[in-house]
Amino acid sequence: MSTVSAVRTIVLWCPDWPVTAAARAHGLDASQPLALTDRGTVFACSAAAREEGVRRGLRIREAQSRCTELVVLAYDALLDQRIFEPVLTAIENIMPGVQPLRPGTCAIRAQGPSRYYGGEAQAAKVLLDALEAMGISGAKVGIADGPFTAEQAARLSGAHATGIVAAGEAAAFLAPLPLAVLDRPELSSVLLRLGIRCLGDFAALPERDVLVRFGEDGARAHLLARGLDKTDVAPRTPPPQLEVAQDFEPPLDRIDQVTFAFRRSAEGFVAGLREAGLVCTGLKILMHTESGQVQEREWLHPRWFTADDVLDRVRWQLQGAGAVEQGLGSRITRVQVLPEAVDEAANHDEGLWGSAPEEGIHSGLSRVQSMLGHGAVLTALIAGGRMLADRRVLVPWGDAAPGGEAAIAAKRSRPWPGNLPGPSPATVYEQPQPVQVLDEDGSSVDVDERGLLSAPPARFCGTEGGKAASADTAWHRVQSWAGPWPITERWWDAAGRRLHRFQLTDTEGGAWLLLLENHSWWAEASYD
Amino acid sequence: MEPLLESPFGEASESAPAAAGAAAAASQVSTLQARIRQMQERRLGSKSIPTMPALARILPGGALQAGAAYSVLGSASLGMALLSGPSAAGAWCSVVGIPSFGIEAAARCGINLERLVLVPDPGNQWLTVTAALMDVMSLVLMRPPSKVSASDASRLGARLRQRGSTLIALGEWPQSEATLRIENSSWDGLGSGHGHLQARLVTVSAGARSRGGKPRTARFWFPDRDQADLDLGLRAPELSAAGLPGLSPAPQPPLLEPTSPLRELPFKAAVNS
Repeated sequence: MSTVSAVRTIVLWCPDWPVTAAARAHGLDASQPLALTDRGTVFACSAAAREEGVRRGLRIREAQSRCTELVVLAYDALLDQRIFEPVLTAIENIMPGVQPLRPGTCAIRAQGPSRYYGGEAQAAKVLLDALEAMGISGAKVGIADGPFTAEQAARLSGAHATGIVAAGEAAAFLAPLPLAVLDRPELSSVLLRLGIRCLGDFAALPERDVLVRFGEDGARAHLLARGLDKTDVAPRTPPPQLEVAQDFEPPLDRIDQVTFAFRRSAEGFVAGLREAGLVCTGLKILMHTESGQVQEREWLHPRWFTADDVLDRVRWQLQGAGAVEQGLGSRITRVQVLPEAVDEAANHDEGLWGSAPEEGIHSGLSRVQSMLGHGAVLTALIAGGRMLADRRVLVPWGDAAPGGEAAIAAKRSRPWPGNLPGPSPATVYEQPQPVQVLDEDGSSVDVDERGLLSAPPARFCGTEGGKAASADTAWHRVQSWAGPWPITERWWDAAGRRLHRFQLTDTEGGAWLLLLENHSWWAEASYD
Repeated sequence: MEPLLESPFGEASESAPAAAGAAAAASQVSTLQARIRQMQERRLGSKSIPTMPALARILPGGALQAGAAYSVLGSASLGMALLSGPSAAGAWCSVVGIPSFGIEAAARCGINLERLVLVPDPGNQWLTVTAALMDVMSLVLMRPPSKVSASDASRLGARLRQRGSTLIALGEWPQSEATLRIENSSWDGLGSGHGHLQARLVTVSAGARSRGGKPRTARFWFPDRDQADLDLGLRAPELSAAGLPGLSPAPQPPLLEPTSPLRELPFKAAVNS
């Protein structure tokens, strides 16, 4: 066995990291009772919840009965990782060579920082201050020989938040600890049955016998128990910074100013991706306003984003439905662009004779989009529904259909009783147009509660602003008609609709689809 | 192209006594006609694009021409009928300034929705938007604003010829190749208080500029019963009992697949010039 001494290591441990991460992501206070659930049971809970008796592994209902004001969120492992990433970056700014052990825990070689900051205790304080500045409280730091001992020191640091085990005293520190800290349940259970109850007892066993009886893994556990953890810290290589952010000081209040100022950053974003051999096919834009709000939106691209495309998305997101010259509600302090989906640039290379013919279509439509806004260029899908307006789904060019095309196709294939028979009308009004339908005597046609028609319709005309046209020429004589076809949508719901449909043809050869709802007539569509 | 000067030469050849002389005169007539036709070509290499057969017969040139503008008055479905041929053949189409465009009717008459782009509200930028779309789209169906100046129309016309795209205006359009309108339409299937709309017999007239405004008309079923039954999946038995000749039981196309609108129409389209 070699006698290389263990490396002095700093371990930073954030207790209940999943809870901290979820609280940060959802903008909650981590000090309130909070529980994360995974498959119906509590996976992690905050300290406040633990005081009320919530434990890991409890069923949600049981946890809620113990603590009535418990906030329950679903556990998301990716979220842990994602929220920890900026923490790692912040630590890398003050101490180089960080190895993430798992979300919430990381190891750093102690030698450099302790010399730079003038001592191990000072280095630990700098680290804790940095986390405090990020708004993460309750973190613990342990410094000892090897990551294992350092982590145990962090866990046992108590209210002081810093546990330092002097060099060479690891074995003495670890001796009274229970076997559970080894995180080897099978080994622990055998050792317990052999009458070994703490790490000190285990460390006292002869090394050779442990190797023979428990194999390689047992021998490694034995080394840990003796405080001879020789694992070195393997610092991670910081990933390339692909996201870009730009702060505006003073904050900008006009859309054209923001887009103009962001142009350089957008070009930098695309250039950075290109250097990494990537193209971005989906991104997320975050806008921080002066009032402290963050507005975020994801954008997809049918091909990949160029700098101009990124700028267009920034402009559209700011603009909402307004015009380019319009002022903003709150001034913008920071614009951040994060790549959400990237792909190898090689997959998108242009062929020798240019790329697909669709490319021209796409660039032409993008031009129109940058003139009129993202939502002005649409593609259409047919969905299911009784009303004609429900059957039309319009998707902005470049976006995915809401809910996916498969969901829309499934909706379309449902039976929809009350659906319109026969050919579809060529003109479907965006908003139903008010009309007036009269019988031979000149009184308005209506349908009673039993669905009976008061009189056959004889003539009808469009009304504007509720006023009927007076000239005789505006009236259409009814030639043939059919109805009423009752439609009752969601009768159990106050927002449901009850109406009657009619088809009418006039003497000039026009055909119309009319609605009668609440005793007033509307033109839904025209077969022109 | 129109066979101009046909009748005067035809009469002359009838009066010639010798059969050989008649044949010589006829060949001379055909060469002269060919020369006239050649001289009357206003564009080099004008290209026809697939068109619904019933409408192709009344359009000048026998089909929609790439690089030309057409005007359709008062009927959105007639505009759809013009789009349906090229769209089913794989062309990209766009619809500008028509928020009430019924996409379901469009899909049933054979327009491929995957290659259809809608710009419902171009606002006052309609001219720029239409020009930008002409660069990339084979067909643009557009509702022009109430007043289109001749200069705007000729600028778009130059763009059309350059790009080889086709403009179909739903409304008056100066310098249009042909103006189509529904002269007469009668609906079938609707009674007084019963039935539902099933098919429409339309008389479409096309007045072409090259024919000096003299319209040609065609009479055909649009939408026809196949189109109406597309998603019903069955043919109502009383329809064939109604005594409509030529209703061939065509195989039902699958729902909303881009069906070929060029299929034989149930009625023979009658063409009167």
